[in-house]
Amino acid sequence: MEPQSELLKINKNEYLAQQKSKLEDALEMGLTKNEYNLICEKIDKIPNITELGIFSAMFSEHCSYKSSKKWLKTLPTEASHVIQGPGENAGVIDIGENLAAVFKIESHNHPSFIEPYQGSATGVGGILRDVFTMGARPIALMNALRFGSPDQPLTKHLVSGVVKGIGGYGNCIGIPTVGGETNFDKSYDGNILVNAMAVGLAKKDRIFYSAATGAGNPVIYVGAKTGRDGIHGATMASAEFTENSTEKRPTVQVGDPFTGKLLLEACLELMNTDAVLSIQDMGAAGLTSSSVEMASKGSLGMSLNLDLVPTREDKMTSYEIMLSESQERMLMILKPGSEEKAKSIFDKWDLDFANIGEVTNTGRLILTKHGFEACNLPLEPLVEDAPEYNKPFEIKAIKKVLKPSDLKTNLTIIDILKIIFKNPNIASKKWIWEQYDSSVMGDTIFANGDSDASLVKVHGTEKKGSFGKGLAITTDCTPRYVKSDPIIGGMQAVCEAARNIASSGAKPLAITNNLNFGNPDKKNVMGEIVGSIKGISEAASYLSTPIVSGNVSLYNETNGKSILPTPVIGMVGAIDEVENSLKISAEPDNVLIALGQSENFKAGWVGCSIYQEIINKKYDGAPPPINLENEKKVIEILLKLNEQKLLTAAHDISDGGLLTTVCEMLFKYNLGLDINLPSNLINCDSYDPLLQSWCFGEDQARIIIATKHIKKVQLILKENNIDFFVLGQTNSSSNLNLKDITTIFIKDIKNLNEKTIPSMMGEQQQG
Amino acid sequence: MRSGVVIFPGSNCDRDMIVAIRKITGKTPIKIWHKEYDIPNLDLIVIPGGFTFGDYLRCGALAARSPVITSIKNHISRGGAVLGVCNGFQILIEAKILPGSLIRNKKLLFTCRETTLEVQSCIENPFLSGLKIGECLKIPVAHNEGNYFAPEDLLKQLKEEGRIALKYIKQNDNEKNYNPNGSTEDIAGILSNNGKVLGMMPHPERAINNLQGGTDGLKFLTNCVEQIIG
Repeated sequence: MEPQSELLKINKNEYLAQQKSKLEDALEMGLTKNEYNLICEKIDKIPNITELGIFSAMFSEHCSYKSSKKWLKTLPTEASHVIQGPGENAGVIDIGENLAAVFKIESHNHPSFIEPYQGSATGVGGILRDVFTMGARPIALMNALRFGSPDQPLTKHLVSGVVKGIGGYGNCIGIPTVGGETNFDKSYDGNILVNAMAVGLAKKDRIFYSAATGAGNPVIYVGAKTGRDGIHGATMASAEFTENSTEKRPTVQVGDPFTGKLLLEACLELMNTDAVLSIQDMGAAGLTSSSVEMASKGSLGMSLNLDLVPTREDKMTSYEIMLSESQERMLMILKPGSEEKAKSIFDKWDLDFANIGEVTNTGRLILTKHGFEACNLPLEPLVEDAPEYNKPFEIKAIKKVLKPSDLKTNLTIIDILKIIFKNPNIASKKWIWEQYDSSVMGDTIFANGDSDASLVKVHGTEKKGSFGKGLAITTDCTPRYVKSDPIIGGMQAVCEAARNIASSGAKPLAITNNLNFGNPDKKNVMGEIVGSIKGISEAASYLSTPIVSGNVSLYNETNGKSILPTPVIGMVGAIDEVENSLKISAEPDNVLIALGQSENFKAGWVGCSIYQEIINKKYDGAPPPINLENEKKVIEILLKLNEQKLLTAAHDISDGGLLTTVCEMLFKYNLGLDINLPSNLINCDSYDPLLQSWCFGEDQARIIIATKHIKKVQLILKENNIDFFVLGQTNSSSNLNLKDITTIFIKDIKNLNEKTIPSMMGEQQQG
Repeated sequence: MRSGVVIFPGSNCDRDMIVAIRKITGKTPIKIWHKEYDIPNLDLIVIPGGFTFGDYLRCGALAARSPVITSIKNHISRGGAVLGVCNGFQILIEAKILPGSLIRNKKLLFTCRETTLEVQSCIENPFLSGLKIGECLKIPVAHNEGNYFAPEDLLKQLKEEGRIALKYIKQNDNEKNYNPNGSTEDIAGILSNNGKVLGMMPHPERAINNLQGGTDGLKFLTNCVEQIIG
């Protein structure tokens, strides 16, 4: 090899990247002193800058899950319908008829705060690649968004940018964005959450995995060229924010949905041949994580010539090439001899295709640049020795049970209902949803709140007399419950997701989760992580909805202030015949029944509810308890009633309680209802705390159904020992009457519901 | 009926359109790749929606310079019918096959929702002739640049020649947002001067069954097919 002085002449920066590192370099890259010493010891040398960069990316929280791994291992991940659990690009479940649903959720929180459009757009692009890398055609996108207080000036800018970014990518690539949740809380003022979920469809026997095979096989780089964008993005995503975070803008990746579309079509076309042995998306930590993970999963090695990597800029160094997070790139191992055929497909789609090296059996990652060895590392320490911390934690839970009489108010039921629908957390998100193309691909049955879960048809399963199968998808989390009691909050997120899936008529099947928390070095934050994982595990096991994929996002703090703990549950379910699905809107002359609510239910659970916040501006009570047995019973009976085609609509009771849920069911057709009350409440007035708690309490395991077959339904409910309460029959009056106590004009409330977000966003009111 | 659907890099409603046409005719339309100069004799060519070439530069501008446009022009000169939907409409305008321009939606936001269209009184054409004048169709839109703009003299000409095919219409007097993009005189679709080319922003291929927003799109496309077969 030429002397290093030759390299200095060719590319000075590359020369610097190949120099021995110092402790200061490691600290700057987010590693600790202990981690640096461990690295030097494990590889038996002092790493050069490129090698250290590779280590810092692989050891980042984002790639190594070092703080959460111990607890993630406790999640239930198995069931007979699980084809692939966590550890691959996405989870895979069997949905029958030789088909598989492939799905995952992933966060792009930090980049979206710094640069909302590109941050959220690349979040969508990244999660789509995770799904089509597995050989699945993406069929639906969802998201879970958390923004700061609506009256904070930055919020409007962030909402507008994030929504545009999500739409910008999804609309262009032509995958429908069918729903999700958007909430606001001041804890997200300096650290928003953008979690994007994608669901894809594959043939069960045509799933592609990432483990490299066969020493000597060619390693192929395809897609967009590598640029200097997003360098060390994974490390940025694993650090707390400060006031100067916007200076990190260059570490935000730039998305190109057009190239994403070409890459999607080219990859799926190639996967239709027998050329691809294994494939991995270049996501967080780019070429580093893809090459390291592919080689180590196959217990092999990899040798790459970085001069062959297509680059966008001149004289990029090995460090930059390995740590760039440029989007729309893939790494593949091809069957030897199939390179020409594969290249012709990528030529057709005008994408780069480069043979950059080969699989080896050395167990090492060897990289060359300008003929010099830029990196020579054993793979084992990169993956196996990534630290796993058992950080101290304390699970704090509020035990104080608030009674309705603790919350005295001079607000009437109508006043409260108006405040609820003026709250952007409850109000219609139509302003947001209309900016997403929800109907492209022609398979969307329910999007954007038409039903508790979004529903897409499974293309190609149409049969005589049926439109075929459907996949139901939802994202859920109630962070204020998690904050008050992490275990209950974790359980509640799973239960609400399952209720939502069931309320669309589908059977809940599996989960992808996105665990968004603050700084795990704080005992209480670590307690929130551990507690909610415990809660999620317990509920997911009980409901047989294992976790098949997921993502962890920690250090969601700004200047030491942590976000509300937000473990988002993305759940997928299936229905055999989509025409049997359920929307939330009741029809005229339907009887509404609250499932899971007994005749004796007299006082609602007010602690930690939206109602409590309205009355005393606090969430200091214990959240509603979870009874898994009841949750399961309510879901099973709902599905049973629906199988017998006895239902018109269903809507689970969550934020805002029973009365809010009833209103939402009446909105579409401007219906009215004379609502039945338990005997103890008939003589109450509109200020009565007990009556208000009945209206707005957030007791769990309840779903309101609408039926035209009241007698049959009642019979089945009694036979099955299910608690229920008949709320009354809908009429065309558009008045919701609570006996003689009060009359709610549904059209007024509906109007509020639709205007809240547009007026928050400063849109001029029309019509 | 022999039909074809043109596919550019970035087209994304091609499959939806193929499914819809197959549902009506029982035959799968041929796929026409954008680099093709020679295409077989067809009765109908559809340019579907999408973001051809990422909508970079201007929507439809790069696609309008693709080789296939020459073939489409030849097809038109032979008297063939062309339907351009959404990005397909934008491409027809950029290729100067249809006049006017499609600028950004008035609210500067992408808009995906159902709209109500009214069939206009217009010249003989193979798309609307079987439908009643004044008939309403519920068909969704999904676009960012669907605001049809025509200067006054062009607008006058289009009216005189009976080339305004479809307009957004309010369902009741109070409805104010019935036009999703702020287009001139609520125009949703226009015809070429021989009536054989229709460009429209709404997506008929997305309204082909009762579970998904009704069947008015199917009705519209079925009528096209029947008129073209004659």
